[in-house]
Amino acid sequence: MRAMTYRGPYKLRVEEKDRPRIEHPNDAIVRVTLAAICGSDLHLYHGLMPDTRIGHTFGHEFIGVVDEVGPSVQHLQVGDRVMVPFNIFCGSCWYCARGLYSNCHNVNPNATAVGGIYGYSHTTGGYDGGQAEYVRVPFADVGPVKIPDWMHDEDAVLLTDAAATGYFGAQLGEIAEGDTVVVLGAGPVGLIAAQSSWLMGAGRVIVVDHLAERLAKAREMAYAETLDYDEHDDVVVELKKQTDYLGADVVIEAVGAEADGNLTQQLTGPKLKLQGGSPTALNWAIDAARKGGTVSVVGAYGPVPNAVKFGDAMNKGLTLRMNQTPVKRQWPRMFEHVRNGHLTPRQMVTHRFPLEDIAEAYHVFSAKLDGCIKPLVVPGAN
Amino acid sequence: MTEPDIPSAYVRDKRTAPPSREELRARIPGWGADLDPADRPSHPKLQYPADTGAHWDFPDRQPGSAGRERSIEHAFVTPVFGTAQPLHGLSGSIRRLAYDRFSEGRLAHWLLLIAGDRVDAWGSHLRSFATASPDNPVTETGVRTELTHGGLRSRAGRSDRRHHVLDPLLVAGPWVAGAGFGALAVRRLARVLRS
Repeated sequence: MRAMTYRGPYKLRVEEKDRPRIEHPNDAIVRVTLAAICGSDLHLYHGLMPDTRIGHTFGHEFIGVVDEVGPSVQHLQVGDRVMVPFNIFCGSCWYCARGLYSNCHNVNPNATAVGGIYGYSHTTGGYDGGQAEYVRVPFADVGPVKIPDWMHDEDAVLLTDAAATGYFGAQLGEIAEGDTVVVLGAGPVGLIAAQSSWLMGAGRVIVVDHLAERLAKAREMAYAETLDYDEHDDVVVELKKQTDYLGADVVIEAVGAEADGNLTQQLTGPKLKLQGGSPTALNWAIDAARKGGTVSVVGAYGPVPNAVKFGDAMNKGLTLRMNQTPVKRQWPRMFEHVRNGHLTPRQMVTHRFPLEDIAEAYHVFSAKLDGCIKPLVVPGAN
Repeated sequence: MTEPDIPSAYVRDKRTAPPSREELRARIPGWGADLDPADRPSHPKLQYPADTGAHWDFPDRQPGSAGRERSIEHAFVTPVFGTAQPLHGLSGSIRRLAYDRFSEGRLAHWLLLIAGDRVDAWGSHLRSFATASPDNPVTETGVRTELTHGGLRSRAGRSDRRHHVLDPLLVAGPWVAGAGFGALAVRRLARVLRS
């Protein structure tokens, strides 16, 4: 089969690989029909995630058709069209039993601090991902869901991570009616976090980024006020001014390890790997929240320590809430919101690349060329 | 500054009330659909799902776990695990040391894994030159999209241009350095052979 393979930092190619096989009785093999590149894939692409092995196939946002099932699979059949959460989870461990699917303890022997994720290095379990023609899906009776007939494929693929993570980020903010919510990052996760903040009763939503096309998208699809940090010497001071010197009731950090806005953090993080990414957005979140407010973190970081302003967080009495998203837990309600048009994930898709052009897709997304907000990957396309 | 001009942070209540529910509902599709904090999918944080789909108390164990590297914070290799890219060669030895010796709480664990990644990359690059499909830094970086997708136009006015200029150095630098060291080694070897 054709599959994206990692060749070292900033380098990828498509190679012929063996089709995955059933390795556990509850496995399924899914033929991928549509995949996406996630902002967190860029951490792997830039060599920021420890134990990313040469030959690894990335991709944790994908949908497809069940091609084969293991002998214990009861809930899926060959031919079912399925959407697969980015989390690999067993459904039965201490964590899964309490709904913490992203923290499953039965799927990742390489680390206890993070659960299993498709195509996301050996630090999350060593599973090849879905930017390929076929993918192994463990615990087929637990993770995948049949795609509803009414759902658009592009909405379905975005619900497997980016959209679910934006919605989850707004929930972590514990938004109360009338709250002022600042969303850092107008990428796919931030855009859905902004839309979701309104659903939870926000009185005001301000989205911060520095890319004009993304800020325009935040105004268009999330009805948000926007702030371009390149236009201000100090974005935190500007946010304080705009919130009458209180700061935001809730800040959602939807950026993670690739954050721009501070050259030193960018150099010591993503470039030189001296810390687990650039914590600029996280530090802005801590500074921009009002005292006693809440900071929700859905931006992803590597496991190496970061230069985070923890003293300010403590002194301000902030509530910090964070996790990888337990995707399937979000879906029933999110399906309603997508069907009703309250959440519109596919509105942020800007580019569609054939799998064979995966190196080009990653470069365009990484360098944010051509107004790219969300690129999809289509196996088998020309 | 007169009293009405004093910002919200210095008085009891916010000076500006949020828009009314009616106004927000008229402007924002779905505003307030999840208004009740207790009726959101991730509230409370710990909740027992009625049915996860699991029909086991503990999953069947996937065959082949013997010798599989694991975090020493785990009691055993988990019942299900990835089998992609098993450990091999020098990079495999470095990674195995990281797993066998240091827990996830130790910086050495992660630094060794990063070192293993770099050794793996260099070994793979070198091995690729002995195959029909050697690594090609031009096609594999997708850099031609700088021409096809508006590299200059897209970056106009953006502050991240400052560090984008480092990317070619990060990608090409080790190749240039490697070629330089290689040339030096060949010269030195030739000198030794001549003398």
